[in-house]
Amino acid sequence: MGISRKLEDLGRLIAEEIGTDTLAWSVEYDELMFIVERPSIVRVLTYLRDSKGLQFAQLMDICGVDYLGRELRFDVVYNLLSLVHNQRLRLKVQVEEGMPVPSVVSVYSSANWWEREVFDLYGIPFEDHPDLRRILTDYGFEGHPLRKDFPLTGYVEVRYDEEQKRVVYEPVKLPQAFRNFDFESPWEGMDFAAQTLKSKQPLPEVSS
Amino acid sequence: MTEALQKNEANKQSFTLNFGPQHPAAHGVLRLILDMDGEIVERADPHIGLLHRGTEKLIEYKTYLQAIPYFDRLDYVSPMAQEHAFALAVEKLLGLEIPLRAKYIRVLFCEITRILNHILNITTMAIDVGAMTPLLWGFEEREILMGFYERVSGARMHANYFRPGGVHKDLPPGLAEDIMAFVERFPHVIDDIETLLTENRIFKQRTVNIGVVNAEQALDWGFSGPMLRASNVAWDLRRNQPYEVYDQMDFFIPVGKNGDCYDRYLVRMEEMRQSVRIMKQCLEQMPEGLIKVENYKITPPPRAEMKTSMEALIHHFKLYTEGYHVPKGETYTVVEAPKGEFGVYLVSDGSNQPYRCKIRAPSFAFLQALDFMAKGHMLADIPSIIGSLDIVFGEIDR
Repeated sequence: MGISRKLEDLGRLIAEEIGTDTLAWSVEYDELMFIVERPSIVRVLTYLRDSKGLQFAQLMDICGVDYLGRELRFDVVYNLLSLVHNQRLRLKVQVEEGMPVPSVVSVYSSANWWEREVFDLYGIPFEDHPDLRRILTDYGFEGHPLRKDFPLTGYVEVRYDEEQKRVVYEPVKLPQAFRNFDFESPWEGMDFAAQTLKSKQPLPEVSS
Repeated sequence: MTEALQKNEANKQSFTLNFGPQHPAAHGVLRLILDMDGEIVERADPHIGLLHRGTEKLIEYKTYLQAIPYFDRLDYVSPMAQEHAFALAVEKLLGLEIPLRAKYIRVLFCEITRILNHILNITTMAIDVGAMTPLLWGFEEREILMGFYERVSGARMHANYFRPGGVHKDLPPGLAEDIMAFVERFPHVIDDIETLLTENRIFKQRTVNIGVVNAEQALDWGFSGPMLRASNVAWDLRRNQPYEVYDQMDFFIPVGKNGDCYDRYLVRMEEMRQSVRIMKQCLEQMPEGLIKVENYKITPPPRAEMKTSMEALIHHFKLYTEGYHVPKGETYTVVEAPKGEFGVYLVSDGSNQPYRCKIRAPSFAFLQALDFMAKGHMLADIPSIIGSLDIVFGEIDR
């Protein structure tokens, strides 16, 4: 209880400082989370890094999340760490498909590859990024594989062709149709599991 | 001499060198595009993704229990540390508290994992700069540690041992004694390896003042673990944000002064000694008791019970087919993996499969700093820097 109260105080303080750029903030599982306006992300991160009382000197991770069907389809999630205050913070920006996010490489050098990764896997462009290329997928790959509407099997497969003496790309041929089992049975679903676990807190809503 | 230099200057031309993806000093499938000015590296552009297997995408289509083996295959030299991060994340969302004995077993095996990883890294780095013997000595010990893995989980590498709710099986009889014997003996092996490397003139020439990273740069580039500590930042998640029973362990956190390849080597050496201390404390303090929560929605019932109890049989069947549903929520959970901060950003939508599972790999951050670390160094220093980065492509490419 002590930790979450401390976090709420901190959250209130940061929300005040960031002002109207904060869209929402919450404390869940003893983790502090902010949703901020897309254009202000550079300003907010600079403030969080340089403010004496916060000093979030490290950007540990950037990742994307695809909420297919939501109007602002993607979340871009920034995980920050303050070594001085031993504090973590999660920032989120929500974007529509094709809408660019300001790059934060100027604030944290480590953002470079993570933004490339988000661009590669989700197709979220980053404005003013020094070198926005694909990073994890193959040279000449098409599509953004971590989007929810990208099939697990992908569209192309490769094999070595003995006649042409090179690797060739072909459309995926599945010997058996892809099966996705629906296990959402009525059998003692998650409510029951939560009860047996004597979870103290009520089930939190997923932020969307 | 000066004449030769001047002549060289006149003939100066930069060219591009392709390093890898199949190169023994690249520690995996790293392809490096190096812009060279003579023998001086001007720019290093790592091309990664050659080992990309779509782990994060696959996890979204698996139940929480089925996702664990994927974590073994990320950083395949420290498998259990990564299972640990995922298990902790799931337990956090479920609100589970695991039994004390399970915590001790986890810490014990995390430290075994740390030694496994550091032996591999130090000795292969030594071989990159020309020292063969440490590898032979170190891998003998690694084999013993993998033997412990096998005895506890059935697999030498891809253990699938830490499960949400505890660990899969209890330690088999006699294992604790054997680990204790290893703990007593292993510091001498570290001493032996140190006599070969620490004051070795060639080793020092190849590592001292190579790839220097100061504290500010280390923070800016998102470093963690030994890479951060070698740059004189005393930060260890086991101490600063303790999980399991690390807060009851007595150990030191070594830090380096200069942030060069040599300091990173020294930090890892000392970490192995501290790991041995932690292992010893774990074995001495480990209580008897359960090794996983007795909630058959989360962990399987004992096999004997399944033979007589219909309910246990149903639980077993449902656990391994449907799995369990995790309440809606999201968490970023980290552990101090041997390489650094290994994080799992887990988003659950209340179903039996993760909605999103982002894996934050420590070496990903190290490798992107290679460009500034290599700038101005000779080509021959690149293997030394890559060796000290401690990168494994399983987790970079995912």
